[in-house]
Amino acid sequence: MNGGFGILSLTIAVPAVGALLLALVPDAYTKAIKGLAIFLAAATFVVSLTVLSVFKGQSYHLQLVEQMNWLPQLGVSYKVGIDGISVWLFLLTTLLTLLSAIFSVYIEKRVKTYFVLMLLLEAAMLGVFVSLDLVLFYTFFEFTLIPMAMLVWIWGGAQRNYAAAKFFLYTFLASIFMLLGIIALANRYADVMPGHEFTFDLVKIQNAVASGVLWKGAGVLQPVLFWAFSLAFLVKCPMFPFHTWLPDAHTEAPTAGSMILAGVLLKMGTYGFLRIVMPLFPEATQQNMWIMLTLAVVGIIYGAIVAAVQPDVKKLVAYSSVAHMGFVMYGIFSLTHTGMVGGAYQQLNHGISTGALFLLIGLLYERIHTREFKAMGGLKAQMPVYAALFLIVMLSSVGLPGLNGFIGEFMAMAGGFQAAYQAGWAGLYLFAGLGVVLAAVYLLWMFQKVFYGKITNESLKGLKDLKPWEVGLVGVFVLFIFWGGIMPNTFLKPTEAAINATRQMVRNRPGARPVWGDLTYEVNEKGDLIRVDQRSDVGSYSGERIVLTNDYYLMEQPKAPMVAMGGGR
Amino acid sequence: MNYTIPTVDWSLVLPFALVALTGIVALIIETAHPKRDNGLIIGVSLTGLAATFVLLLTQLVLPPARTFGNMVLRDQFSVLLQLICVAATAVCFMFSDGYLREKKIAFGEFYPLTLWALSGAMVMVSTDNLLMLFVGLEILSIALYCLAGMSRSEARSEESALKYFLLGAFASAFLLYGIAFLFGASGSMSLPDIQKAVTGLTRDTLPMPVFGVMLVLVGLGFKASLVPFHQWTPDVYQGAPTNVTAFMAAVSKVAAFGALARVLVAAAPLHQYWFEALYWIAIATMCIGNLVALVQKDVKRALGYSSIAHAGYLLVALLAYTRDPDKVSLGTTVFYLIGYAAMTVGAFAVVSLAAKGDRDGSRYQDLHGLYRRAPFATVMLVLFLSSLIGIPPTVGFFGKQLIFLDALRTGLVPLAIVLAVNSAVSAYYYLQIMVAAFVSEEGAARPVSRKPGAGMTIGVCVCAAGVIFASLLGGYVQETTRTAALQAKPVPGRVQNQMEVINR
Repeated sequence: MNGGFGILSLTIAVPAVGALLLALVPDAYTKAIKGLAIFLAAATFVVSLTVLSVFKGQSYHLQLVEQMNWLPQLGVSYKVGIDGISVWLFLLTTLLTLLSAIFSVYIEKRVKTYFVLMLLLEAAMLGVFVSLDLVLFYTFFEFTLIPMAMLVWIWGGAQRNYAAAKFFLYTFLASIFMLLGIIALANRYADVMPGHEFTFDLVKIQNAVASGVLWKGAGVLQPVLFWAFSLAFLVKCPMFPFHTWLPDAHTEAPTAGSMILAGVLLKMGTYGFLRIVMPLFPEATQQNMWIMLTLAVVGIIYGAIVAAVQPDVKKLVAYSSVAHMGFVMYGIFSLTHTGMVGGAYQQLNHGISTGALFLLIGLLYERIHTREFKAMGGLKAQMPVYAALFLIVMLSSVGLPGLNGFIGEFMAMAGGFQAAYQAGWAGLYLFAGLGVVLAAVYLLWMFQKVFYGKITNESLKGLKDLKPWEVGLVGVFVLFIFWGGIMPNTFLKPTEAAINATRQMVRNRPGARPVWGDLTYEVNEKGDLIRVDQRSDVGSYSGERIVLTNDYYLMEQPKAPMVAMGGGR
Repeated sequence: MNYTIPTVDWSLVLPFALVALTGIVALIIETAHPKRDNGLIIGVSLTGLAATFVLLLTQLVLPPARTFGNMVLRDQFSVLLQLICVAATAVCFMFSDGYLREKKIAFGEFYPLTLWALSGAMVMVSTDNLLMLFVGLEILSIALYCLAGMSRSEARSEESALKYFLLGAFASAFLLYGIAFLFGASGSMSLPDIQKAVTGLTRDTLPMPVFGVMLVLVGLGFKASLVPFHQWTPDVYQGAPTNVTAFMAAVSKVAAFGALARVLVAAAPLHQYWFEALYWIAIATMCIGNLVALVQKDVKRALGYSSIAHAGYLLVALLAYTRDPDKVSLGTTVFYLIGYAAMTVGAFAVVSLAAKGDRDGSRYQDLHGLYRRAPFATVMLVLFLSSLIGIPPTVGFFGKQLIFLDALRTGLVPLAIVLAVNSAVSAYYYLQIMVAAFVSEEGAARPVSRKPGAGMTIGVCVCAAGVIFASLLGGYVQETTRTAALQAKPVPGRVQNQMEVINR
């Protein structure tokens, strides 16, 4: 048992404890509440940035691992850790929450409740991305529901009752099957492992999967559990045909809620596939990858077509999310290196560009109080700065080369093509390509309807352009859009090792799969699993040993039992 | 005739004797100061309950014992259930004063009656003799009949008392008839003896004990509000004053499930005759409870149906235990009861804030704007409802998780899936209540009836602590009842063998 309280826990604790502190401030001090909330979100962001200073992207192993007993008799522990897949999502969460908290100074109704919910939501989302215990993961995963539903319910648009209830019930129903799956998985682990230890520890379970012990002779159990987990994540992503909650929830949510919903909450689904489904159900993943790819492509096309006919700018962006998350899934389930790295990267890009789009729409909504296209038009003359920023963000969403969206989509499609070509399913690839064209159609169309033409709506005359602080807010997004497009390696490099390992957890035969709990292996630049021989102590951090390899720095993790590992290698 | 007078160990009966005595003292105070401030009565009652609680805590570690000629049994199972009952009653008392004042129910009799009902419930869970069980049940019920009709100005309250009484009397008759059959079959009222007697029966000797078990299950099923014996629940929950409902929902259910567990363990040799029936009853209870709750317009009614659904969940836990006592423990049931008591009493406590004047405003729209009047209590209501939905990390989640675990371990996969779907269905109406209280602002302008008093705040805090921290007890309860569960079995060791035979 190692590691008490480290950076990851601190990052979760700042918003969680902060929310409780905020709740103690009397309702009337709205300015103080807003200030404190933004301060807390900023503090969380700063704390989360320190992760980068100790994070080693060359290793696929989980780092900064902290483990504490929670409910030991029930096999539940508090175990968190971070790797290349989760590190950017972790930072995206703190960044987006900070930016949406700043935008939320526009909120006037029940200010305190709003910010308390927002901070609780942030804590829960952060927890999802670092949990290494299935029950802990489920806890955070479900805990996001109440604050998010309440954000929609209290501060949402006209249809908020319907949208919030649908969001909650849909995702809750899907994830309760994941809970059943989690328990069945732990049962299976206790049944087959010597010692009959009952645990929800992801690292230990993955260990048993990689060595082939867990699924040996399990028959239909693996596919059943695969779908139990996948259902929860498919709904969360959301993938066609489970997407119907999304347009409602996105449209009705307050601006900051939409930003977080689109930017972070959806990623919990795709992240779940990468972190849990693929490592734990490798055979089922390979068997069902074509179903997933087909769903992804259908989602891409369907989302794009439906987005094109929306009368409401926010609805359009909501449906575009369905299409974009389709690209993420398309890349991830191609099970190729390029595709998976691209898919993982596209998660970030979508978080940035869609978050920015919702922010821009929110800024406009605060001025004109409508989101209908027919009430807009000709805004370019009134708000030139706004139009320019909108253009950049929109083009990033289209996937213009040089901006971040291009890299992710290109890589996801390249990977998808590779997989499809090898399997003789190249047609699927063509359809995905069509999705890119359609994205250009509806987004450019949207831009035209909003910014060009004559001003038809008299009330739009005399509209004020963005204030400096609002420009700064959008500017942060624009910065990342260019950064991600021009120097994507900043973001790609640290994820590669982890993605590689995940891919091989799926692709390799039992016994030859990478194991999170085994420090003697690493993946090299080509993606091959190599044995690391030289390791020596160089120091310690928060009670953990730091081990040095030729060029890998790792936090040593608690030794998981290595069962039946021999032979395969 | 070599009959020896049984020895008496007073410490075993002391907990319920203490509660009953507290009731008598409270009644004397009420007689001396009629219709005055109830502060003294509450003080005395809470002191008595606190003393009982501490006493029970000290008994938690003691080995199981019997006294009064095996009429009274104390084991970990009974002590834990008694602890839940006592704590739930104490919380009910904490928030009752303000509520009774608001509704102008000036009767100080509420406190003594509730205490006696509590003592009945405690008797019920600390015996394995059917006669004692029946006596406990009647003490509990008769006091509850009076309590349900306490709000004299409301026709609904009277209706609920009458309905409860008539149906309850009917159910008691079933129970008694079943006891008579079992007595006829085994020549004993004691569950261990009955269990011995019903082992290895032939075709000709089977009918009597099977009938007996069935009839007893009907009687207890009524108390536990299992479908199809649930019809009284929504009406009575809605009509009775909210503090009585809270008491009924928690204490009555704990007692019923305590008794049910012991009877099912004793009836284990007849497993094959009742298991299938209870299996379907569990499914029906979960589904009907939740589906009907969806269309309710009244919070108390909806929570009534929710209590039916939770009875179904609890039955799943019990069934898993009786199916394979080696793999799973009775602790799941106990743990779920702890959580259920905390979240239900808490929810009713906050809902009682909606009462205005002599009317029991408990429709959804009566809760509107509650957040403005009582922000803390409303946030706590959100917590309790989240727990009822089963959102982690509340106790409701861990309770359900344990039930899932037990069901999957013992191969009751269909029950686990039905439970999972039901959890999702139930989320809808819990959310409606949550939204009515926390989100809706329409009623914010309504004249403020009553701010929550200190008693309410403390009571709600106790429940909230239970909801948040009870999960830490999960392992302990599992472990403690694992040993206790063996003791709860009338003949340790033997039952297990019989169960194995059956399972083969």
